[in-house]
Amino acid sequence: MSTEQVIQLDKVNKWYDDFHVLKDIDLIVEKGQKIVICGPSGSGKSTMIRCINRLEAHQNGTIIVHGTELTNDLKNIDIIRKNVGMVFQQFNLFPHLSVIDNISLAPIWVKKMPKGEAEEVAMAYLEKVKIPEQAQKFPGQLSGGQQQRVAIARSLAMNPDIMLFDEPTSALDPEMIKEVLDVMIQLAEEGMTMLVVTHEMGFAKTVADQMIFMDEGRIVEQAKPEDFFNNPKSDRTKLFLSQILNH
Amino acid sequence: MQTSLIRKIIFDEKSRSLLVQTLVIGLFAVFIYLIVQQTAYNLEKRGISSGFDFLNMSAGYDISIRLIPFTSEDTHLRAYFVGLLNTLLIAICGCFLATILGFLVGIIRLSTNWLFRNIAYVYVEFTRNVPVLLQIILYYSILLHLPKTKQAIPIFENFFLSNRGLFSPSPIFKDGFSIVAWSFVLAIVFTFFLKKSLKKKQEVSGKQYPIFLINSAIIIFTPIFVYYIMGRPLDFELPVLKGFNFKGGMVIKPEFIGMLLGLSIYTAAFISETVRSGIISVSKGQREASQALGLKSNLVMRLIVIPQALRVIIPPLTSQYLNLTKNSSLGIAIGYADLVHGFGGISLNQTGRAIEIMLMVMLTYLTISLTISVFMNIYNKSVQFKGNA
Ligand SMILES: Nc1ncnc2c1ncn2[C@@H]1O[C@H](COP(=O)(O)OP(=O)(O)OP(=O)(O)O)[C@@H](O)[C@H]1O
Ligand SMILES: [Mg+2]
Repeated sequence: MSTEQVIQLDKVNKWYDDFHVLKDIDLIVEKGQKIVICGPSGSGKSTMIRCINRLEAHQNGTIIVHGTELTNDLKNIDIIRKNVGMVFQQFNLFPHLSVIDNISLAPIWVKKMPKGEAEEVAMAYLEKVKIPEQAQKFPGQLSGGQQQRVAIARSLAMNPDIMLFDEPTSALDPEMIKEVLDVMIQLAEEGMTMLVVTHEMGFAKTVADQMIFMDEGRIVEQAKPEDFFNNPKSDRTKLFLSQILNH
Repeated sequence: MQTSLIRKIIFDEKSRSLLVQTLVIGLFAVFIYLIVQQTAYNLEKRGISSGFDFLNMSAGYDISIRLIPFTSEDTHLRAYFVGLLNTLLIAICGCFLATILGFLVGIIRLSTNWLFRNIAYVYVEFTRNVPVLLQIILYYSILLHLPKTKQAIPIFENFFLSNRGLFSPSPIFKDGFSIVAWSFVLAIVFTFFLKKSLKKKQEVSGKQYPIFLINSAIIIFTPIFVYYIMGRPLDFELPVLKGFNFKGGMVIKPEFIGMLLGLSIYTAAFISETVRSGIISVSKGQREASQALGLKSNLVMRLIVIPQALRVIIPPLTSQYLNLTKNSSLGIAIGYADLVHGFGGISLNQTGRAIEIMLMVMLTYLTISLTISVFMNIYNKSVQFKGNA
């Protein structure tokens, strides 16, 4: 079976002024792969995945998504953003719009879908994240876990091939983490290509094909979960894992 | 039993606050009553007559800037209306200009262009830190130092700027002009429905229409088209220099221009700060989420940023409108014939009815301000979020 490479990062470097935040990042993601990224705070995890849909621009190296290279070309950026969904730590729902309008907004304005059809799509994804009864509410009227599930539905409604998650459960109370992780596990089972920054190691063990450990702007270790958790090669990974698993 | 009832009234949250409020209102009423009685008594003792009969007496002075005809034989009441209209005129024109200028400057202050951004910054810091009265006097003085009418500066061929104001063509409406005016009104009504039906169409087919462009075109071109069909029922009387003065046309007085510039340039500085902070208040995450969904930057502005910024902009914008309206009473400094200048000034001096006149003027400002507040509050409600976001 030939595998299709959907994301290719080749010697990617990025600076914030003098600060070298990404150093020679090489990464290949195949279709349907689930990659979990972890590492200490400030190691560049968010920056790396934000480069993939150009919320941040890299200065050096190449990023290719679905064969389209990310450059200053606005057309390319549009094409890539249409195929890549993103879920944020802070949900970032639109507070002035109802749940259903949050989800149907992009299909209507980006895909130029008729409103009725977009709302049907929105309802279908709300069913999928198990909160269809909240359709008419506003984000401010929902719990954190519900908001994050709406945010996932909003991304999925654009029918992306790749989903990026940046610490999707870090802002949630413990009892809500599971409901969001369950949705993500279901998504993984359906074959979505996923890049997930998270410190939920239980989730990582369940779904990850590859684990990535980042530190100080570099990918320090990349391995299958069995190897990653049982025989980490680098000392920094060991230290990090001991801290995170013991707490 | 009794004590427990009293206890209940005093310590119950609801009845206690009702009790306190009743007491305060009662005391205030007594206070007002005493003041009114004492004043009436004092006036009577000193033989000063009171009452509103003076309103029907002839005013005996002229008002140079007027929207309705007025001569010195007209009554004080009519002088009141002339002044009121002038106050409303400057307030409406001022708010309009200040809003446009303020939004423009507010957006420019967030621009990435260093030069524009800093010009806007200097403008804001300068104008909002100098008393508006001085600015009004400055602009007025500059206008008075323009060339005499004989050397008036021509603008767009038919406008002439001089130390006596801006001489401009005056419209002469001929038969059939009302049809043109009606076609304009109808065009606006029509576009309202068109907007609705195009939105419906978009909802059904998904196709996006440039609604704003289509509607603007309809509103602009319908009256022009009708105007030509009706045989151009509008003439302009052009101002022509005859000797030392212009004949024909109309003149926009330097007092009005000075007030308009002073009030709107000053208020726009505050509005621009409001607009800037409104746009900044929309979190970066909102833009990022919209971009990640593939929305283009103009749609991000229109669908996400502006609607959320308005929520923050409207309340301070309201108070800027109120400030501008009240500041229009500074017209007295350069002789702009607003409510305070004519009725509140000359009428007061001539009749001596200070209390009555001030009451009327104050109530008028109060009414104008409350009207603005009510409409802005209605608008404000429509842009607020639901829930605790
Ligand atoms: N806009 C910015 N300007 C300057 N420095 C930045 C900016 N954004 C991030 N950084 C810096 O880049 C580094 C990497 O940030 P990044 O957010 O990618 O880390 P992270 O691994 O996601 O950390 P966390 O686990 O705390 O989310 C940090 O040291 C951060 O301070
Ligand atoms: Mg991060």
